Amino acid sequence: MSSLINDDRPIFAQIAERIENDIIDDVLPEESQVPSTNQFAAYYKINPATAAKGVNLLVDQGILYKKRGIGMFVAEGARSRLLEARKEQFYEQYIISMLSEAQKLGITEAQLTQMIKRGAMLK
Amino acid sequence: MTTIVEVKGLTKQYKDVTAVNNVSFTLEEHKIYGLLGRNGAGKTTVMHMLTAQAFATSGDIRVFGEHPFENSRVLSQICFVKESQRYPDVFRVCDALAVAASMYPQWDAAFANDLLDRFALPPKRNIKKLSRGMLSAVGIIIGLASRAPLTIFDEPYLGLDAVAREMFYELLLEDYAAHPRTIVLSTHLIDEVSRMLEHVLVIDKGQLIINEDTDTLRSYAYTLAGPAAKVEPFLEGRQVTRREPLGSFMTASVIGELSRADREKAQAEGLELLPVSLQQLIVQLTHNQGSSKEAGIR
Repeated sequence: MSSLINDDRPIFAQIAERIENDIIDDVLPEESQVPSTNQFAAYYKINPATAAKGVNLLVDQGILYKKRGIGMFVAEGARSRLLEARKEQFYEQYIISMLSEAQKLGITEAQLTQMIKRGAMLK
Repeated sequence: MTTIVEVKGLTKQYKDVTAVNNVSFTLEEHKIYGLLGRNGAGKTTVMHMLTAQAFATSGDIRVFGEHPFENSRVLSQICFVKESQRYPDVFRVCDALAVAASMYPQWDAAFANDLLDRFALPPKRNIKKLSRGMLSAVGIIIGLASRAPLTIFDEPYLGLDAVAREMFYELLLEDYAAHPRTIVLSTHLIDEVSRMLEHVLVIDKGQLIINEDTDTLRSYAYTLAGPAAKVEPFLEGRQVTRREPLGSFMTASVIGELSRADREKAQAEGLELLPVSLQQLIVQLTHNQGSSKEAGIR
């Protein structure tokens, strides 16, 4: 089975996330067509209804839109909206947990800033 | 969604054994269901009653709106692939397929031939001479090529190797996408099929203990790990299926969805939150006596 999907979280959410990633990485540019739910189902070996649920999640958010009889397309402005949302997630997922771990280890804010700078130099 | 199967208060009593106890559920059109549970839980008995191969002691079954018994209109719409299907001694593979072709109005002969090739089954071979895996392949071919609006696979892959099973899953999804129908998969290999299932029914000791969308079940339970002194207070008032202490450390499995506040609290306390797979969940729920009560293992 495809290891791209794991069994820990709702699969429809993972499908939506993969499409989001592809939009952010410009693999799926705005106004381009998204694979059909049956194509997703075959590729990830999942139930087509699950794939449809993931796609519809993004339709509800206005990230994708439907062209009747043709398929799903990436909406205009989808990328910038996703980036905004992801930045908010980044704060919650990484910054908050980083701060609590830092607190546990007794790392001060100044030391943390120092570490971020050191990391940035490697980039 | 159209309901195609409606089961109400289904019970099957064998002398002093209640194999199926007051089970009610519905199956909808064009969905893939998993019928899961341990050996002897009553899954096969339910399937036998659905397909009119056994009488219910009490309760009501409607399939496509009608009683299935001696009802050819209903039975021609159902394909039931059994774990231990028997064929007449003289049958060759092609004879079994010919009989199936005459039984199922939606039979696709070209697809059946294609499947024979894919599973490398010699059509002229006597069925008695087939290996266990090849025999399972015959059932799978019939189940797929019948395109029956209700297709039931009961442990269809005894003796099939991982490659052939994978091929079965791929073919099933592919053909289901092209020809949607209701499929019921009964199996022990939960991890292998869980992604294909839209809805899951779990039977334990004759009772239906889970009737839920698969995606809902994926966030249905979680495992919590950390110092016992911190884990215990968190468990208060929650449904715990398993507690595993290791010195002052503890791992516990909990049923119920986590709120955001719960998640933040756990994180703040330094507790580890881990997801529970469908297979783990079902093992935990059907592991011991009380199906959903606190399990006092060890």
